Amino acid sequence: MALLEVTDLHTSFMTDAGEVKAVNGVSFSLEKNKVLGIVGESGSGKSVTAYSIMQILSGNGKIVSGSIKLDGQELVGAGEGVMTKIRGNRISIIFQDPMTSLNPTYTIGKQLMEAILLHTDRNKKEAYDRAVEMLRLVNVNEPEKRMKQYPYEFSGGMRQRVMIAMALACEPDVLIADEPTTALDVTIQAGILELMKDIQKKEGMAIIMITHDLGVVAQLCDEIIVMYAGGICEKGTADDIFYHPAHEYTKGLLSSIPTAEMAGQKLKPIAGTPIDLLNMPKGCPFAPRCDAAMKVCIHNAAKMKKVGEGHEAACWVNEKQ
Amino acid sequence: MVTTMDEKQTTNQPLLSVKGLKQYFRLNNGFFSEQVLKAVDDISFDIQKGETLGLVGESGCGKTTAGRTILHLYQPTAGEIIFNGKPIRTKKEIEAFRTKATMVFQDPYSSLDPRMTVSDIIGEPLDVQHLTAKGKERTDRILELMDRVGLNSEHATRYAHEFSGGQRQRVGIARALATNPEFIVCDEPVSALDVSIQAQIINMFEQLQEDLGLTYLFIAHDLLVVRHISDRIAVMYLGHLVELGDAEEICKRPLHPYTKALMSAVPVPDPNIARASKRIALSGEIPSPLHAPKGCPFHTRCPHATDQCKESMPELKEAEGGRLVACHRTAEVN
Ligand SMILES: Nc1ncnc2c1ncn2[C@@H]1O[C@H](COP(=O)(O)OP(=O)(O)OP(=O)(O)O)[C@@H](O)[C@H]1O
Ligand SMILES: Nc1ncnc2c1ncn2[C@@H]1O[C@H](COP(=O)(O)OP(=O)(O)OP(=O)(O)O)[C@@H](O)[C@H]1O
Ligand code: SF4
Ligand SMILES: [Mg+2]
Ligand SMILES: [Mg+2]
Repeated sequence: MALLEVTDLHTSFMTDAGEVKAVNGVSFSLEKNKVLGIVGESGSGKSVTAYSIMQILSGNGKIVSGSIKLDGQELVGAGEGVMTKIRGNRISIIFQDPMTSLNPTYTIGKQLMEAILLHTDRNKKEAYDRAVEMLRLVNVNEPEKRMKQYPYEFSGGMRQRVMIAMALACEPDVLIADEPTTALDVTIQAGILELMKDIQKKEGMAIIMITHDLGVVAQLCDEIIVMYAGGICEKGTADDIFYHPAHEYTKGLLSSIPTAEMAGQKLKPIAGTPIDLLNMPKGCPFAPRCDAAMKVCIHNAAKMKKVGEGHEAACWVNEKQ
Repeated sequence: MVTTMDEKQTTNQPLLSVKGLKQYFRLNNGFFSEQVLKAVDDISFDIQKGETLGLVGESGCGKTTAGRTILHLYQPTAGEIIFNGKPIRTKKEIEAFRTKATMVFQDPYSSLDPRMTVSDIIGEPLDVQHLTAKGKERTDRILELMDRVGLNSEHATRYAHEFSGGQRQRVGIARALATNPEFIVCDEPVSALDVSIQAQIINMFEQLQEDLGLTYLFIAHDLLVVRHISDRIAVMYLGHLVELGDAEEICKRPLHPYTKALMSAVPVPDPNIARASKRIALSGEIPSPLHAPKGCPFHTRCPHATDQCKESMPELKEAEGGRLVACHRTAEVN
């Protein structure tokens, strides 16, 4: 049995302009000890998928249907009581925006220790030691002094590292990291990613890594999900996705990267504008921007089909061959 | 400065020279304590006409401050900017300079006023500088600018918040182009965009440069982006320039220990290369610009530091192939 099993998840937001179907039939499973990467266009539903798993959607958002199982236990409809015990203890999240997720009126130390006391069975002294140890591990200098400081005394990158320390300190079974390193420079980012891998190996944690940075994905992930317009368009190992992409969106994404081979040439972006979730096309959601689109693409959405061992894609091009 | 650079200047006058630029912020904490934060500490470089100089370095090292001080959005604490051979000193010179040198900001979300229409945002610098008459001449100019950056004329009356990140960045660029500048400081202009939109905007910067002969100072933390767009790259650390040279060469063969660590940590979007790559891990304290260490600013984290590095500050000197490097041990560590 998988540690986390998401099946046909649908999440919508009710807005004045209508129902925004932000997540539209997402399924995946995550084993212990594995890193799952989620990539995809801005607005494709990556964060909403994460928030659905944690059940921390904003007021107008709701899981419409689908199932989310942790160790076989159904979480959809399980109720706040169950979720409160799961959040932080068993599933932790590092948010995209660290500024909003720390309390400005408490010291960093107090916030770290509270999280540790709440989610692990350490006593106060042990919680203090653990907090200092975690700050040191995420490269915050002079951790004992830093424990007494407030969030405003930290730079953006330092606050992000505190969030990472907080999430890791509680030893969750599943860590969801939503763009955890975007505010960090590459030298520090590399250290944090290595730290996550270390902790993962030691504790058998599973990680969901959401990021725009395809370099981070290539380096870290066992399996990758590519999202477009609220759905999964391709799924496979890092080698599958980078060396044998099987969806036209994935191909476009990869050829947009300014690699060394592209030096002196114009980059090859995906044409057109991002999808409008309120006006979804009838067929394949990528068809209006796709160079390879055929008649069938405009009228019918392709289903996920196996294109290799453990490698699936929803693209008509694969079926024509 | 180095003699070879001076020779270059006589033969080929740079569009813009930065000479000994400093920006110190005075911070008041409490009654009697005033602290000085040396955000930019004595940097000098030239930019040739039509060139793109990339500026990289870790968060907080002073890139944005350098860009803003060059444009005189902050009064320099010391040093001078020379534009087309003339120093920028008086109020009048600064005003004239600001029409010729503009800025594109990182965050297309917060840098545009949500209550203004796209046409007002682009038109504002025209009005402030009295560059066009009101009415048709102004409207025509706005539409011309919108066309340049790939926006439709029907976008003119819409508000910035109705646009996606990529479109907002186009609005920001059109605004920066309004006064017909020769030089643009681009401060992380694609960092907030996803990869495919980022590629569209990078292509547009390059096209505009070809068409209008623009010169860019391009600040970014994504080294793949900087490498792609830049002719030369300057690396900053803790307010200082530590390395400057040809973009490809600096990426292939960095000479300064900090640049080496930086380049080795770039996540490569290729699983085989990523698995094989070895990173130079940095340990040691990351210094704060409030308590900048004596000697080389990098010595607290440098794997090659010696006693000399703790005592004296290395100067930016020419190393191999015209590269400028500020390190006492360039010869030994390369
Ligand atoms: N509270 C909300 N009300 C209405 N729509 C929302 C809300 N939150 C998110 N959405 C919409 O849901 C869609 C998916 O958003 P999500 O934040 O998951 O994107 P993402 O893939 O994480 O993008 P990014 O890479 O930019 O973070 C978007 O179109 C977004 O506008
Ligand atoms: N207006 C200001 N007043 C006081 N200190 C400032 C001000 N602006 C910047 N600083 C400080 O100056 C230093 C350099 O900041 P700057 O914004 O130039 O860095 P940066 O290299 O652009 O970083 P990032 O990559 O995070 O944008 C930082 O320590 C910052 O806290
Ligand atoms: S001068 Fe010394 S401390 Fe500074 S970078 Fe060179 S070797 Fe390292
Ligand atoms: Mg997101
Ligand atoms: Mg900056």
